Amino acid sequence: MAVTQLVGAKIHRREDPRLITGHGHYIDDFTRQGAAYAAFVRSPFAHARIKSIDMTDASKAPGVAGVYTARDFKGQLAGTHPAAPAFVAEKKYIPERFPIAEKEVCYQGEIVAVVLADTKGQAADAANLIQVDYEELPAVMDTEKAMAKGSPLVHQGAADNISWDLTYTGPEVTEAAFQEADVVVKEHILQNRLAPVPMEPRGVLAEYETYDKKLTIWMSSQNPHFIRLFVSGAMGLKESQVRVISPDVGGGFGSKISPYPEDYLVPALSRLAERPVKWIETRTESLQNATHGRGQYYDVEVAAKKDGTLLGMRMTQFLDVGAYCGTFTAFQACTCLMAGGAYKWKGISARTIGILTNRVPTDPYRGAGRPEATHLVERMVDLVALELKMDPVEIRRKNFIQPTEFPFTQNFGLVIDSGDYDKALDRALELVGYKELRKKQADLRKQGRYLGIGISTWIELCGFGPSAATAPATGGIALVESAQVRVTPTGSVIVYTGTHSHGQGHETTFSQIVADQLGVPYESVELRHGDTSEGTAFGYGTYGSRSLAVGGVAISMAATKVIDKGKKLAAHMLEAAEEDVVFDHGSFHVKGSPDKAKAFGEVAFASYGMNLPEGMEQGLEAVAYFDPPNLVWPFGTHIAVVEVDAETGNAKLEKYIAVDDCGNIINPMIVDGQIHGGAVQGIAQALYEEVVYDEDTGQLKTGTMIDYLLPGIGEIPPLSLDHTVTPSPTNSLGVKGIGEAGTIAASAAVINAICDALSPLGIKHVDMPATPDKLWHMMKGASK
Amino acid sequence: MIPAAFEYARASSVEEAAKLLSKYGEDAKVLAGGHSLIPLMRLRLAQPTAIVDINGLKDLDNIKEDGHKLRIGALTRHVTIQNSSVIKEKLPLLAEVAGEVGDNQVRNMGTMGGVIAHADAAGDYPTLALMLDADIVTNQRTIPAREFFKDLFTTSLGPDEIITEVVFPVANGPHKYVKFRRRLFDWAIVGVAAQKINGDWRIGLTNVGPTPVRATAVEEAMHKGAKPEEAAQHASDGLDPAGDLRASPEYKKHLARVLTKRAINQAEGRQ
Ligand SMILES: Cc1cc2nc3c(=O)[nH]c(=O)nc-3n(C[C@H](O)[C@H](O)[C@H](O)COP(=O)(O)OP(=O)(O)OC[C@H]3O[C@@H](n4cnc5c(N)ncnc54)[C@H](O)[C@@H]3O)c2cc1C
Repeated sequence: MAVTQLVGAKIHRREDPRLITGHGHYIDDFTRQGAAYAAFVRSPFAHARIKSIDMTDASKAPGVAGVYTARDFKGQLAGTHPAAPAFVAEKKYIPERFPIAEKEVCYQGEIVAVVLADTKGQAADAANLIQVDYEELPAVMDTEKAMAKGSPLVHQGAADNISWDLTYTGPEVTEAAFQEADVVVKEHILQNRLAPVPMEPRGVLAEYETYDKKLTIWMSSQNPHFIRLFVSGAMGLKESQVRVISPDVGGGFGSKISPYPEDYLVPALSRLAERPVKWIETRTESLQNATHGRGQYYDVEVAAKKDGTLLGMRMTQFLDVGAYCGTFTAFQACTCLMAGGAYKWKGISARTIGILTNRVPTDPYRGAGRPEATHLVERMVDLVALELKMDPVEIRRKNFIQPTEFPFTQNFGLVIDSGDYDKALDRALELVGYKELRKKQADLRKQGRYLGIGISTWIELCGFGPSAATAPATGGIALVESAQVRVTPTGSVIVYTGTHSHGQGHETTFSQIVADQLGVPYESVELRHGDTSEGTAFGYGTYGSRSLAVGGVAISMAATKVIDKGKKLAAHMLEAAEEDVVFDHGSFHVKGSPDKAKAFGEVAFASYGMNLPEGMEQGLEAVAYFDPPNLVWPFGTHIAVVEVDAETGNAKLEKYIAVDDCGNIINPMIVDGQIHGGAVQGIAQALYEEVVYDEDTGQLKTGTMIDYLLPGIGEIPPLSLDHTVTPSPTNSLGVKGIGEAGTIAASAAVINAICDALSPLGIKHVDMPATPDKLWHMMKGASK
Repeated sequence: MIPAAFEYARASSVEEAAKLLSKYGEDAKVLAGGHSLIPLMRLRLAQPTAIVDINGLKDLDNIKEDGHKLRIGALTRHVTIQNSSVIKEKLPLLAEVAGEVGDNQVRNMGTMGGVIAHADAAGDYPTLALMLDADIVTNQRTIPAREFFKDLFTTSLGPDEIITEVVFPVANGPHKYVKFRRRLFDWAIVGVAAQKINGDWRIGLTNVGPTPVRATAVEEAMHKGAKPEEAAQHASDGLDPAGDLRASPEYKKHLARVLTKRAINQAEGRQ
């Protein structure tokens, strides 16, 4: 791409004036004439048999339009909830899932009945009148116990509670490494279960038009085309009969990718009741039912030489699947493939086990598998350094994949496209003032104070993705991306993309790319997304830091096609040969004579006229699909500085440095915003957030924002950000994803800092969240 | 998240509010700042049949100096207390505490009377009221704070009784409230208030039991000349706090000791 004004410019997000003045259009801003409100009756038990449901009182309650149970949906919805095989080739057991339970409920919050009423309040009141007679069954809450023979079952009648057990690489690939080792360190590492907590909860408004047999669904989704695919299939409609509109989306963090029971039930209710139906998730429903993230633990050991050379890793992932398989739950097994991080290894043995429990299903949550991998390897590298009394910086440098070694084929055959890990590390050390900090740390230790410095040299694979890798993993549909660029007669440009922003600022960045490429004013470019009836035939959604690296590239390709057609037309208009026409800064001119030129707008206007070259059709528009040849591989270094209060165990984040490399940067302000949000999410996992269920009864204890600790602005120090730029060779824009980077890096930096702080007490590892109570207990135990 | 239906009435005097309360009966509730009541109603943990809104009673929203006392109207908002020059001068500890209640939204809405009547174990004012021997004045009587807080969310208020003011003594000696919490806008996991008054220390503890606690053993030890760190060891004497997601009972007791030491030291200008 030419060096231009807009790409790389720190311009304000175009969507912000609308969003921050309350003029956004979120799902609850929509309604339809005559809409009924749905209220769902959910299981209060983690596991129970439904003996009977008495709806007499509810159906007589004021304003009630209908009361429904599983049986009513039997003829309406076919098939079970989709579960993509994702990265796990061998599927052992996927429990069947119908969007509403009939005989057995398997997690607290599972839907058993639904009420439709004229108002929200009436629906909620009537839902309280439904009497469900349950017979409580034992709740399976502990993943370790769930694997044992004779464990109670998550689903009655199942053979066991194992969803999958897959060995990517057996112990034989690390035998030599472990034999050669001078030291072996082992750890048991927890990944706390997290709730996604988007600012806007989910919501669905559906209108089935009985006479036309057309269904329109308004919903808050990262992935409207997939929803259309799944819902049309389940309802026996053609994809073309269904339109899914996802307007402004107030955050998703992965939890708005997969279809949910309500996404099927609300449209089916509209067809049943022959009126529009609306449902907006409450915050408690969101904490209880939106798919959770993480919820894993790892057994890991690492072999190394005395000089710090890393040799081999053996790791097993134990993943809490929840009560049903989330559509992309198995994607989180990619932790195994990324466990090696930024380092060279002789061998890595990796196994993943997916275990069912009576909790809400897990599914991708910002980073999905890659934060877990970073946390794992960055913790282990620090443990090796501690064992060898090496500086954590030194051991990293010693084992980094070197800039000259890219493209680098790592242990699982994935090809890391580019990188310069030392460069980001150097810059981060400089920003934090590493040497002085180490001195300060030594001084403070003498005063009995615990300061720690934690380093996380993270890498990521993202930008899903190559058809060869993704089509088998999703069950057929490759995660490529489509775009359409349409130029109006007056030269303004409408861009359609199959990605869908839920906070990323695509309207801004994508318009920057197109405005630059076509040389038209930024203001005349308009981005459209989130509506399956507008633009391209299929869109693949926004997740996995793919929108720019796949969708943005598709847009750029479509713009190139528009220019190519424009060239042909301009040549005709200028009476020159096509080969002699150059396009530059919004103008087509004849090579060598810049005054023989036609502006882009003139060509656009002419394209709708009558004087076209022979065989050319009217119009100026193009569709492109981008199937990336590889994934993209951002990287960076985050450093956290934490002081742990010797008396209270409170870990206070003093400083946070992030140096990230996402290749070429389209808009630095948006990149910084993504890093800020992402890093704070990772910091939150390390220090605050955890979904807690009662281990005996399976009751969710963190069902409100009082109990689920989302940190606020008061808890986070200003972050210091910088970037290095190592363009990706994988795509024409040289870009890599940045949406998940902060989250991927942060938890390891914070926990490494805490462990570093407490190392004088002999504390080697701390699990997340590192609460004051937990740290105080550990410190007390250690100093005895 | 959707409250059950309820009647709503707005009172224009304390008498009218009391009448409305007796008219609607036991399940009626006073609405002040709404920052405890409304969340409970949204979760349907409270389902009052009627709400008597007292936000129109402007004469309950004031701060009066009355000799050696400060009379704080029940409807005085946290933000008013926090910024009041009278309180900053005569009972600076109270202004400090008000400034640490919740976040801006909570401080703009929540009231003195609401916190006292709600009697949340983690409420901050009840601790000060108890340790400073405040009086709680209602439309019917005056109740000494030490007889007011009966149990978790339970006070000696009758069903149609309305708090009109809370009367604190003037105290502007060394003081400190140390509030340990995970987030700036959170309730205390444990809070400790220290106030020197007439040469002696008053020490109050927040959220270490169902009701606020006065740490008399610490007060006595200080009176006998113990060092703060020694006296503070008694802060957990007799405590039996309930554990919750944020803190185990053991940790709360530990915090009571550590924070007591810090509160006294910081009140005296040491770190
Ligand atoms: C996010 C958040 C954080 C918070 N943090 C803190 C904190 O750190 N410390 C703290 O102390 N509080 C905290 N609170 C609570 C806050 O201070 C509330 O405002 C307070 O507890 C109740 O006061 P209110 O005026 O809002 O009362 P309301 O919610 O209106 O009423 C609460 C109860 O008191 C009764 N009531 C109210 N006024 C009277 C009266 N005059 N006479 C008789 N009964 C009455 C009501 O009937 C109701 O039962 C927090 C609240 C939130 C939402």
